[in-house]
Amino acid sequence: MKTMKKFALGAVLALSANAALAQGYPARPITMIVPFAAGGPTDVIARIVGESMSKTLGQPIIIENVAGAGGTTGITRAAKAAADGYTIAMGHMGTHGAAAGLYPNMGYNPQTDFAPIGLAAGTPIVIVTRKDLPVKDFKEFAAYAKANEKTINNANAGNGSVSHITCVLLHDMLKIDPNAIPYRGTGPAVADLISGKVDYICDQIVSVSAQISGGTIKGLAIATPSRSPSLPNVPTTTESGLPGYQVSAWNAVFAPKGTPADITKKLNDALVTAVTDPATRKKLEGLGGVVPDAKGASPEALAALVKSENERWVPLLKAKVKP
Amino acid sequence: MELVSNLAHGFAVAVTPMNILLCLIGALVGTLIGVLPGIGPIATIAMLLPITYKLDPTGALIMLSGIYYGAQYGGSTTAILVNLPGESSSVVTAIDGHQMAKQGRAGAALAIAAIGSFIAGTFGTILLAALGKPLTQVAQAFGPADYCALMVLGLVCAVVLASGSVIKAIAMIFLGLLLSTVGTDLETGEQRMTLGFLPLADGIEFVTLAMGMFGFAEILKNLEQEESRDLVDQKVTNLMPTKEDMKEAAPAIARGTLLGSVLGILPGGGAVLAAFGAYTLEKKLSKTPEKFGKGAIAGVAGPESANNAAAQTSFIPLLTLGIPPNAVMAIMVGAMTIHGIVPGPQIMTKQPDLFWGLVASMWLGNAMLVIINLPLVGLWVRLLRVPYRMLFPAILFFCAIGVYSINNQPFDVVLTAFFGLAGYFLLKFGFEPAPMLVAFVLGKIMEEKLRQAMLLSRGDAWTFLDFSKHPISAVLMIVSTILLVMALLPSIRKKRDEVFVE
Repeated sequence: MKTMKKFALGAVLALSANAALAQGYPARPITMIVPFAAGGPTDVIARIVGESMSKTLGQPIIIENVAGAGGTTGITRAAKAAADGYTIAMGHMGTHGAAAGLYPNMGYNPQTDFAPIGLAAGTPIVIVTRKDLPVKDFKEFAAYAKANEKTINNANAGNGSVSHITCVLLHDMLKIDPNAIPYRGTGPAVADLISGKVDYICDQIVSVSAQISGGTIKGLAIATPSRSPSLPNVPTTTESGLPGYQVSAWNAVFAPKGTPADITKKLNDALVTAVTDPATRKKLEGLGGVVPDAKGASPEALAALVKSENERWVPLLKAKVKP
Repeated sequence: MELVSNLAHGFAVAVTPMNILLCLIGALVGTLIGVLPGIGPIATIAMLLPITYKLDPTGALIMLSGIYYGAQYGGSTTAILVNLPGESSSVVTAIDGHQMAKQGRAGAALAIAAIGSFIAGTFGTILLAALGKPLTQVAQAFGPADYCALMVLGLVCAVVLASGSVIKAIAMIFLGLLLSTVGTDLETGEQRMTLGFLPLADGIEFVTLAMGMFGFAEILKNLEQEESRDLVDQKVTNLMPTKEDMKEAAPAIARGTLLGSVLGILPGGGAVLAAFGAYTLEKKLSKTPEKFGKGAIAGVAGPESANNAAAQTSFIPLLTLGIPPNAVMAIMVGAMTIHGIVPGPQIMTKQPDLFWGLVASMWLGNAMLVIINLPLVGLWVRLLRVPYRMLFPAILFFCAIGVYSINNQPFDVVLTAFFGLAGYFLLKFGFEPAPMLVAFVLGKIMEEKLRQAMLLSRGDAWTFLDFSKHPISAVLMIVSTILLVMALLPSIRKKRDEVFVE
């Protein structure tokens, strides 16, 4: 009985502490962990969205880049952080969708260890080839890749990177198994694509759009339902006869599991304000980003996305990629 | 004459009061973080990114670039004074620079480093402005096989870095190569030699290894000698280089500048390769090669000019093609994209203000740096008179902060301490750390490029010698072989002579 009382008292105390915590929240700067190096697409999106969110919340949001192991190092740290709303993370298609299929000893469960806040922005995947590859469009490319399966060279930014796994999905759908050449990051891979040493790459629009417009590489298809304003001349995969290939490297805000509901509500409100603010939207869309509306940026929508992405990537990667 | 009008336009952009101020701030911050051991430009630029949100993109880039090349100036200071290279490119400067400091010639070493850097920076900037586009073509000609061959050549040259035993230098090179393979396999994702430590999944950080092997190990060694712990053995002589110093350093600066400018264009290991390539060159050309490793001024002037020239020309791939050649440039790309500029091949034509303004500011920044750094020489040299019992905890403290700042990982600090102990014992047994560090940096790139080349050739190793497909690689491989044979011949001959004597 005594223990029961103690327990109840403890629970009440914890609850009221949480309520007090949320009332004054945020009373100090918030740390947002970005699980990739500064300067990359996720980092840039986190900084743009974070800046707007900090205006709404009235406290600075400090970006902390904790890169490593495909982003899982930083997300592991976020999962283990105090659930007080002062440590949040910019999760990603890789860390919260694909990682479970790539890293068997990962330090977190993307579906149960987090309180989803909401989707920030996604950068669609574009299939690009060297400029002198003898194909006019995606259909010709698919046929060419099939006919030259043994000699064609696919570049990627290393095992487990977005450019790697999105091409794994493409190959699975086209039923081909070409040679993949890994690079340390997108930059050197695109450099060798420009000079024609490799044949094609699947990459996020922000890394290739200026090169496509500059004519140094060819954009064949973009993996979104409609064309991107940044690349109006690049047809969609639906137009090109592969409607099932819809891939966007999405970025979303997560808080550690157990963060009080009123705090996650405040964070979500700030996020929704950010993604619906015209100036912030314009910045994100300028990068080729696809920005959600208020409904798309809800915690429920994010939870559903994480679930469906895990269902899509984990079995595929477990089957196709060596551990 | 288009160049002149473009440059005039660039200077018009760069000399607005705001941009001059930003350039100065960048240069100052760069010098400061260069001097503080371990705190590198990557962490600093990432930390300062939020400040640039409010600036226009040109101003933001002027400041961030200033930090980058300012750090190259500052980095040599700690390398010379306390044998602590904060940047991979100043590993080589530490060898002779610190010896000069020990002989009381720290002032001359620091001054020559600043002067050489300025000359090299000026030349590199002119090259960027005048020949940016065609030079990009040169860099683009290098494929994976060619890079791999270049790294092989680099490793062969690394033997020269040692002033002691050649065999021990080769052993350290292999140790460096071995350490460079720690971490996740690029192709398969397999963890290699991480011993189950997650923080090792991305390999060992260069700064961790350098701080441990140089900084911590040096401190342990100094603490061992109870009586004379002072850093300087002899009285500090004049602060500025003498006429003889200048005469010896001038050709080294010229050669270092040229070599650095060329190698800087190549992504990845350009700056490191430039610095120690210049050192190798100077040692080979010198009439007194035995002085190298014991305080040769050419061994400071050459590499310092080379790394600063490379720092300027490494902007070429970014500004002409939109491709970041290293991690610092990648953050600059981020800074541009935050401002809505996605860098690509049209940046020169679409953003002339940014391109030419940045080029002009680089020269201004280099001029500011030499003006800032020369008077500081006196101050730095006075720092050497600080009692060692006060200096070494400060060095350790800054090293620990610097190492932590790279990945925000406490594990890295522990690892540095481990390398410090290992480095101390290696020093005791006469194994020098410089060849190992160079091999560590080159090894990472070499492995990546080797595997790419092998994958592209479908496993045909002769691809490196295929003149029709990879002429650059074939030439570099042949040169490496000749150099290796030449390096080994004297020792073989000497052994034979010894045998005959007996």
